[in-house]
Amino acid sequence: MNRINQKLEEDKKLLSIYFTAGYPNINDTVSVIENLEKSGVDMIEIGLPFSDPLADGPTIQSSSTKALHNGMTSERLFEQLKDVRKTVSIPLIIMGYFNPMLQYGVEEFCKKCQEVGIDGLIIPDLPVDVYNDNYKSIFEKYGLINVFLITPQTSEERIRFIDSISKGFIYMVSSASVTGSQSGFGAIQTNYFERIAEMKLKNPQIVGFGISNNETFTQATKHAKGAIIGSAFVKHLTTNGVDNIEDFVNTIL
Amino acid sequence: MKKTYNINEKGYYGEFGGAYIPEMLYPNVEELRQNYLKIMAEPSFQEEFNALLKDYVGRPSPLYFAKRLSEKYNTKIYLKREDLNHTGAHKINNTIGQILMAKRLGKNRIIAETGAGQHGVATATVCALMGIECIVYMGEIDIARQAPNVARMKMLGATVVPALSGSRTLKDATNEAIRDWINNPVDTHYIIGSVVGPHPYPDMVAKFQAVVSEEIKRQLLEKEGTEDPTYLVACVGGGSNAAGTYYHYLDNEAVNIIAVEAAGLGVDSGESAATSVLGKEGIIHGSKTLLMQTHDGQITEPYSISAGLDYPGVGPMHANLYKTGRAEFIAITDDDAMKAGLDLCKLEGIIPAIESSHALAVFEHKIFKPDDIVVLNLSGRGDKDLQNYIDYFKL
Repeated sequence: MNRINQKLEEDKKLLSIYFTAGYPNINDTVSVIENLEKSGVDMIEIGLPFSDPLADGPTIQSSSTKALHNGMTSERLFEQLKDVRKTVSIPLIIMGYFNPMLQYGVEEFCKKCQEVGIDGLIIPDLPVDVYNDNYKSIFEKYGLINVFLITPQTSEERIRFIDSISKGFIYMVSSASVTGSQSGFGAIQTNYFERIAEMKLKNPQIVGFGISNNETFTQATKHAKGAIIGSAFVKHLTTNGVDNIEDFVNTIL
Repeated sequence: MKKTYNINEKGYYGEFGGAYIPEMLYPNVEELRQNYLKIMAEPSFQEEFNALLKDYVGRPSPLYFAKRLSEKYNTKIYLKREDLNHTGAHKINNTIGQILMAKRLGKNRIIAETGAGQHGVATATVCALMGIECIVYMGEIDIARQAPNVARMKMLGATVVPALSGSRTLKDATNEAIRDWINNPVDTHYIIGSVVGPHPYPDMVAKFQAVVSEEIKRQLLEKEGTEDPTYLVACVGGGSNAAGTYYHYLDNEAVNIIAVEAAGLGVDSGESAATSVLGKEGIIHGSKTLLMQTHDGQITEPYSISAGLDYPGVGPMHANLYKTGRAEFIAITDDDAMKAGLDLCKLEGIIPAIESSHALAVFEHKIFKPDDIVVLNLSGRGDKDLQNYIDYFKL
């Protein structure tokens, strides 16, 4: 069974953390992952940096620019991750944009993911229908769960469709925004969280965007199975480097 | 089914196009996709669009027989004078169409990206005309080097927002505009300036620019007794003036198509924008097309002396024209373009935009027959480029 599915069966609210691979320093990738697991994080999204990350705000974009400047590439990331499963057992997901994967070769990319022990992918600019028509069989061949996004604007019909083809969890974007652009949740989000909970989807939901502290984590996971923190953690890395990751996680849980 | 170089029902030109967008953009793009053809077909839309093109833009633009240029190259050269449009280029054809589209979709806020500022000015112009709020994203570096156009946009009431991310040029301005649209999904329409971006943008913009080839057919019939030139020539950055020039001839293979890209300092110099030669298939701004990128799939920064041609991608229509061999692609260096531009000034009394000068340089690179009819889109006028011409020729 895929590590993501196992994790989702645990009776607790899950904390997932995003960080950009090769940031702040090129060889920090594995230390960040190990420290996050030691600090009690349930799942990790490893950001594969891209020059033009459309769905991300300034914090994640500038970490991506820095990581690329540090020399991060798809090849290098797989190289860094080759022994990660000797020390890390929580689910690992690669989050990245489609073009670098396309250039690597989608099948080759998926194969490498399986080899190093990646459990799933989040690719914001790979549309659901293109995935379904062209890439689904490749992902499944290598045991990878592809995670789809929904937003407050996604129609009920489309949410049902996304639920029908999802095999792990649904990434629930908390508001109409890019990453790192809001603080706190208002009535609009609360209503949206409740509306989705009432849909009784077959896949659990994990909320992302706008979660930066214990208060927003608690709000987001009232109905959802878990929450994802990205920009707030990248900011922490910018200031503190790979040390004191536990301090950051302790402020959330 | 008859072979076509136009878009198919799924939003692809051959294998290029589509809508590779984050889910956050899906409702915006889907709303447009479901409505654009319907709205464009409405008689009231057609009426308003055509009236504004005629009375506000000044269409039809002349198809001018360039006698002295023709004598020099011993062929028949016609210039489609898009430089005479209001705001000085073909860009306004698209922004007029899209502002009417935005109104019918009930949007009250417009965003746009701009490189050199031409599309920004054309967007600010139509927003002023309609009394709609206008926000233009422009790379911080471009703002510094295109001060007159920044001033024009401000005079027209637009807010110019600097794009501070990435390389701080056109592609980053486009990223910022897309992010704005993600953050404002309900009330905002994004006026893209070229035949790029996710479906339906390439098709919608091509259809608004198609007025160019519609007029060429009529005007050439009057002057030469045939609707069909031997060659159509246009410069290609994203490719909107070219798309307009080719549109009604795409499937008429008796008409040869030439697309002129910017070679910058030379195709192999590392400072170039010749996407067809240097690009590989990939995804940029929501479209599968040819783009300049590293081995690892990171998008690279192109270079051309012409700010309107230094886009790292190319519209999916043109990627398909290249791949299928329907169009001949020629890359022209800065030097050759500047020389061709100055030549047109001296021979015909027309100061062209540096983008159009690239197209004009084709006559030094390809020999045409005396009875060939060559129609070239003179897509913009050179006023905006005066400082570049001054610096280059030490005027």
